[in-house]
Amino acid sequence: MTHPAIPLSSLAAAIPDGAKLAIPPDNCGAPIAATLALIRRRARDLHLVCVPQSGLQTELLVGAGAVRAVETAAVTLGEFGPAHRFADALRAARIRVLDATCPAIHAGLQAAEKGLPFMPLRGLIGSDLVPNRPDWKVMDNPFAPGSPGSKGDPIVLLPAIAPDCALFHAPLADRYGNVFIGCKRELMLMAHASRQTFVTVEELFPGNLLEGERAAGVIPAIYVTGVAVARQGTWPLPFLDLYPGDDATVSRYAELSRTQDGFDRFLDELLSRQEHSA
Amino acid sequence: MTEDYTSTELLIAAIARLLAGCRHVAVGAASPIPGSGALLARELSGADPMRVSVLGSLKNSFFTSGGVELFDLAAQGRMDAFFLGGGQIDGEANINLVGVGGYPASKVRWPGSFGSAYLYFLVPRVILFREEHTRRVMVPRVDFISAPGTSAPGIYRPGGPYAMLTPLGLFSFDRERRRFRLQSVHPDHTLEEILDHTGFEFDRADTVPQTPAPDPTWIGLMRGKIREEIAETYPRYAARIAINPPARACRA
Repeated sequence: MTHPAIPLSSLAAAIPDGAKLAIPPDNCGAPIAATLALIRRRARDLHLVCVPQSGLQTELLVGAGAVRAVETAAVTLGEFGPAHRFADALRAARIRVLDATCPAIHAGLQAAEKGLPFMPLRGLIGSDLVPNRPDWKVMDNPFAPGSPGSKGDPIVLLPAIAPDCALFHAPLADRYGNVFIGCKRELMLMAHASRQTFVTVEELFPGNLLEGERAAGVIPAIYVTGVAVARQGTWPLPFLDLYPGDDATVSRYAELSRTQDGFDRFLDELLSRQEHSA
Repeated sequence: MTEDYTSTELLIAAIARLLAGCRHVAVGAASPIPGSGALLARELSGADPMRVSVLGSLKNSFFTSGGVELFDLAAQGRMDAFFLGGGQIDGEANINLVGVGGYPASKVRWPGSFGSAYLYFLVPRVILFREEHTRRVMVPRVDFISAPGTSAPGIYRPGGPYAMLTPLGLFSFDRERRRFRLQSVHPDHTLEEILDHTGFEFDRADTVPQTPAPDPTWIGLMRGKIREEIAETYPRYAARIAINPPARACRA
């Protein structure tokens, strides 16, 4: 069965308002071109699941008013500075934050990929994250040594995170819908845990990615709902060793996004740049 | 003999000493100085070299199973040391990476807890590293506990705080007493200065020694091989230290 690539706008249209949307970190295939397409179609009410953290992508979506909740271990532009739109939206209570820690997000997705209701995780007890996450439970390890029913060895249980959609950028997909991700296994985890996965790619691979050595780094098409080609699809962020980031543009974002007005101007520039290059 | 070195080189050398004997050291995001210290420690580790994973590096990272692997391996005890910071750190080594002035509508919001609420429990030598040592960072009590410095008996916790390094001095942490102990004061700084800039009490000997100067051969490594290695992940940092060697030199 072939699986033709779809236009970026169709891919953005297939991600519904209100979706729980899993996204990768800025250094791991953050799909900025697809994010702009979501903003262009005025996506609303998204619940972002950052796997396990995010930066520019979350900033753009929050600043554009597309987000109702952010579930994450962190949001930052890294060495470019703080995430101003995210912080502002929190201060104004325009979005809800579900603060987590990196492996807690991974564990929730792992529960979903196994079809389990929850996953236990070490650490966490005594962190203020726990009382702020009523969906997390603490119980005693039922396998702890000692007499049955003895108290001891509390451990945190995290509910499964099953996103409606996952969205990320990858180097290659083939016409069957298989997607090459290489070592970036968290993208595999996202695809396994999410009901639908949408991917933008640098280019289409002429053969079958499941044939040969490359297959170990391939998400099979069974998980993939839609693929769109978006060259330089993470711009202005770098992408693996394929191209460097446009640091001047990210720096300008960090500066302009201090105010909503500045953000709006920057976003308009990005949108019109995308329109002209499309 | 005297040897000029920068305050950054003093910190890198202090980190390398703290890591002696580790088999595997991991370095998280936005950490060029800890990264340099770990790479120096590896260089000095001899015949059975230490493994160092620098997050964000292609050459100095050996993970093939994505971001999950670092955390899984830490839970198995395969990671001996890691670095954490904090917008706020208190005298019980609680760290806050979330923000100040209320939660969740924090007046000042920081990125978030990252992996701290997990790795702080599991990695035996967590080194707290902060480039600012002031009373707004070193507070009596953090506003939000991203990760607690200590845990009640019965909580599974093979790891925790081991040392804290700042531009002013080096502290160890006593997990029984739940207190920092000042181990050494950096050259050109004083105990009084540390007391003035720390918002919590800590232990110390009657006479606190000075942090030792980096060995001259270490300085050579830091300005050569180590700087080149860290430049792969932190080009801006490496360019900055190359332009300004010992502008703010200390004298040993």
